[in-house]
Amino acid sequence: MGMTLAEKIIYMKVGREPSPGEIVVLPIDAAMAHDGTAPLMIKSFNEMGASRVWDKEKAIFVIDHISPSSNEGTSALHKMMREFARKHGIKLYDVGEGICHQILPEKGYVFPGGVVVGADSHTCTHGAFAAFSTGIGSTDMAAVFASGKLWFKVPESIRINITGSFRGNVTSKDAILFAIGEIKADGATYRSVEFTGEAVKNMSMDSRMVMTNMAIEMGGKTGLIASDSTTRAFLEGRIKVPFKEINADAGAHYVDELEIEAGKLEPMLSCPHQVDNVRAVSELEGKPVDQVFIGSCTNGRLEDLRMVAKVLRGKSVKVRTIVMPASKEVLLSALREGVIEELVRAGCAVGVPGCGPCVGGHHGVPSPGDIVISTTNRNFKGRMGCAEAEIYLASPLTAAYSALNGKFTVPEEVS
Amino acid sequence: MKIVGRVWKFGDDISTDLIIPGKYKFKTIDFDELAKHVMEGADPSFASKISKGDIIVAGKNFGCGSSREQAPVVIKHAGISVVVAKSFARIFYRNAFNIGLPLVESKDLPDFVDSGDVIEVALSEGKIYAKGRTFDFKPIPDFLMRILEDGGLVEHFKKRGRFIWEGK
Repeated sequence: MGMTLAEKIIYMKVGREPSPGEIVVLPIDAAMAHDGTAPLMIKSFNEMGASRVWDKEKAIFVIDHISPSSNEGTSALHKMMREFARKHGIKLYDVGEGICHQILPEKGYVFPGGVVVGADSHTCTHGAFAAFSTGIGSTDMAAVFASGKLWFKVPESIRINITGSFRGNVTSKDAILFAIGEIKADGATYRSVEFTGEAVKNMSMDSRMVMTNMAIEMGGKTGLIASDSTTRAFLEGRIKVPFKEINADAGAHYVDELEIEAGKLEPMLSCPHQVDNVRAVSELEGKPVDQVFIGSCTNGRLEDLRMVAKVLRGKSVKVRTIVMPASKEVLLSALREGVIEELVRAGCAVGVPGCGPCVGGHHGVPSPGDIVISTTNRNFKGRMGCAEAEIYLASPLTAAYSALNGKFTVPEEVS
Repeated sequence: MKIVGRVWKFGDDISTDLIIPGKYKFKTIDFDELAKHVMEGADPSFASKISKGDIIVAGKNFGCGSSREQAPVVIKHAGISVVVAKSFARIFYRNAFNIGLPLVESKDLPDFVDSGDVIEVALSEGKIYAKGRTFDFKPIPDFLMRILEDGGLVEHFKKRGRFIWEGK
């Protein structure tokens, strides 16, 4: 029988065909913790009595969640990370470098066939590069830092096949929100979610990462996309290992399949307070909005910023609009292209690369009663720091048009 | 391991943001402080009502959302002895055993009990006794049970000098 993408990658690591449900131990190619999870990781690592990090080149810290720090407590935790990184000689990406899930691929830690673990649930993002990539907790991460290995249950796989091409006002964000609405918040629990089809094949890496990023919002262990010439073009010059094209086999077994016709999709929203509470933007058109946030590991990349700048060019936003580029590299490219200047001229508040208001830890916290349109991945009650705010998740295109009009707006169709 | 305790009942999709809001977890890893906010998003007065040994019973997808290990730790630190739910999110499941908080999956028990009921969870037998009825659950995998009996992954490594899955 053929293998799914997840099975294929595990096969390449263990040298035999794995079966779903089986427990395997995999060597880790990259292990990342950030300022929300590294402090507990350090505590567990020290309490275990572990003395050294298994591989200095593969262990990474990123300060992105509360970055720069907003208070003494957080600053002390950041200091704890810097001291650990110095002591053990591991790389730490500090304030201003960007979001962990953008930095890892940019800096060459992610490659097809690799196994990536991150102490962050959105680590599934890296499956866009055909890496087996999943989120774990701090103590699991301490075990990885000490031993370089971890146990995994071989997941069953589901396939989301997107045929055809999107209409001019529909993006990969709308496709993944639609899929989550169908599969629901726990429909893919413990499973690997594979994205296939013409529409996925034609996506840029920026767009593909939106899809895999949100696999966790249906419970997925990882989101995966086969590696091809688009993957190669992104990774060339970044990775130290040879590039591989990895595909699922023709006869692979999927426990569930979802077929989506790209051309039938319209701009979507995820409504409060569950990501799977999905409706079309057209249903809420005209509803007033108080704050717009464009950024995060879902939609803070160059393609997203370009899309927003194109809509806002020469115009002014009607509501407060916060933009956070996903990384320093994204910010520099956007600066060179004039994208940042257009955003600032249009009235956007452009901030330091990092997680920004997504997680409600430091700035951009909405007020009780505020209606927020956000390009992020979670709208749980209290997510952005205020339990009485309503968070609607949308594409950067919907966010930009809504910022321009001060109300929920279906983006214009462009070809 | 037998656990007897009073039930506190919750619904479906209790996320880690409801268990311990992100705004607290970035500021400290002092769990006496964090435990004051346990389940705050779902029930703001929860921390002040519970007693040591109490049991959380919930619907499906308990612990969904972020990978924050602070979520199972605050539940354990607040004195909760076990969480019984229809299903758990994957990262939460691993985290809970790693920090020594037992979890039990039962499709039927959550709809049968209410807050205030006293139930008994027999972990190694795979049974829950509640109001005259017995509910079977799929036993916890051996190696997770061993980690749990050692008191979590940190204690497990300290005791054995290696991880149970190494050498596999």
